[in-house]
Amino acid sequence: MKKKSNIPGIILSVFMTLLSILWIYPVFMILINSLKIERAISTTTIFKLPTAETFNGMANFKEAIYSQGFAQAFGYSLFITISSLALILICCSMCAWYITRVHSLLSKVVYFLFVFSMVVPFQMLMFTLSSTADRLDFDTPYKICIIYLGFGAGLAVFMFTGFMKTIPIELEEAAMIDGCNPLRTFFSIDMPVLKPTVISVGILEAMWLWNDYLLPYLVLDRKKYSTVPILIQYFKGSYGSVQMGPMMACILMTILPIIVLYLLLQKYIIDGVVAGAVKG
Amino acid sequence: MEKAVRKYWPIFVLPTLAAFVVGFIYPFIQGLYLSFCKFSTIKKVKFVGLKNYQYALTDESFFRAFLYTLAFTVVSVILINVIAFMIALALTSKIKGSNAFRTVFFMPNLIGGIVLGYIWKTLLDCFLTLISQPLLALDERWGFVGLVILMCWQQIGYMMIIYIAGLQSIDTAYLEAAMIDGATSLQTLFRVKIPNVMSSITICMFLTLTNGFKLFDQNLALTGGEPAHKSEMLALNIYSTFYARSGAQWKGYGQAKAVIFCILVIAISLIQLKITSSKEVQQ
Repeated sequence: MKKKSNIPGIILSVFMTLLSILWIYPVFMILINSLKIERAISTTTIFKLPTAETFNGMANFKEAIYSQGFAQAFGYSLFITISSLALILICCSMCAWYITRVHSLLSKVVYFLFVFSMVVPFQMLMFTLSSTADRLDFDTPYKICIIYLGFGAGLAVFMFTGFMKTIPIELEEAAMIDGCNPLRTFFSIDMPVLKPTVISVGILEAMWLWNDYLLPYLVLDRKKYSTVPILIQYFKGSYGSVQMGPMMACILMTILPIIVLYLLLQKYIIDGVVAGAVKG
Repeated sequence: MEKAVRKYWPIFVLPTLAAFVVGFIYPFIQGLYLSFCKFSTIKKVKFVGLKNYQYALTDESFFRAFLYTLAFTVVSVILINVIAFMIALALTSKIKGSNAFRTVFFMPNLIGGIVLGYIWKTLLDCFLTLISQPLLALDERWGFVGLVILMCWQQIGYMMIIYIAGLQSIDTAYLEAAMIDGATSLQTLFRVKIPNVMSSITICMFLTLTNGFKLFDQNLALTGGEPAHKSEMLALNIYSTFYARSGAQWKGYGQAKAVIFCILVIAISLIQLKITSSKEVQQ
């Protein structure tokens, strides 16, 4: 009986392994081509491994970083993601707490609008949002986080309120009786309990912020600033004249930090995704 | 306690609310209003009534984009969910190294749409040249196939995670009972496993449905709507109506299309809400 059930298991394992290799292949292709010289990256040679003749060392990476503006775009992307993320996590958790604890008309209306905003597609606001940002001088990487706070608030507030309803109010009442003001109550009583939710929301929002293309493309002053997705799309636009090697290096440098971070934080990321999917 | 907290609204709610007004409410209302206007910038606006809607609803490219989106969404929803569910089944069946497989399959989900589009454009164009077929951007059928492959690669891992969570939460007593009753593995699948993960199936169906419907980045990066707007989905069609044409009338048309698109997406979400809430009552 045991032997009989083992054979399908082995076949399944082999099949899954093959599928996994297929799954990783596109990333592997980027990796091998980022190490090759320009001549060796064409439709017929793209699937081949670099040889001693076609190996280009780190030259493509240097080219991408120094001459193609990758370092700058990477820096702006990182700055925008971190600043917007910090703002979203702090402001939205506070706002969600108020909405769950105070049962006023303001809370109800604001909550409804936040949930509504999650459904509305970006194309609806595309033009008006970018012109509003332009008029308020929010078109720099330093101020775009305000736009992101407004646009990302829906999901964050929704997920935070979902969890806050489960925190017993007695804890907070005890703190208030002991003389804490609401601000201190929130940060020293609720924040520690909220930690797993903060991580989940943070991961979901960070994935969106880091990869977002259209919003920064329309809002930022394109002549001065670009983010990584904008840089890559811009490269692609000049097809034919584009240098494939540095391009591959750019892509690799974009996805490698994400993959490393994913391998380190895997448990949190997968839990965050499940939590987000179940609530959303 | 509520009274004490209530006074603190300027600290707790105001920052988020102010940003929300700037980043969502004001642009949304202005967008609604502008869909009835002819404009090229915000300052030069002329009210034209329903003319923009009249154009949008009779525009052939918009209708074609709608059909293309519909076809793509149906194909990708079915493929992604079936494959993701099969992988989830395989990985929950005590297979060796299932954690490693899970890690690999989920990975593409973290890569953004623009980068994904570029990777697959390069890969598929080279592959198509090898088998002497036209490039993605020259043939809308290959463009369609390419977009489906790309979305499968990106989303199967995500849906697989949700299905695995669903399958693992099934009470083992049910499975044991089925085994004692002598159920075949197919019977167990259809009579025990699938009915017990219906809520995961609903979630994944709607996630893939809205993702497919709202798809933009991948569409832009993979084919950019080529050839001749034939592989354009709704979101990209709206975008190119806004920005790829000059002339004062186009922005109004684009905004009207955006409102129609928005209504479609809201309708899908309302149906989802209804189905999920009716399921919860049953359980």
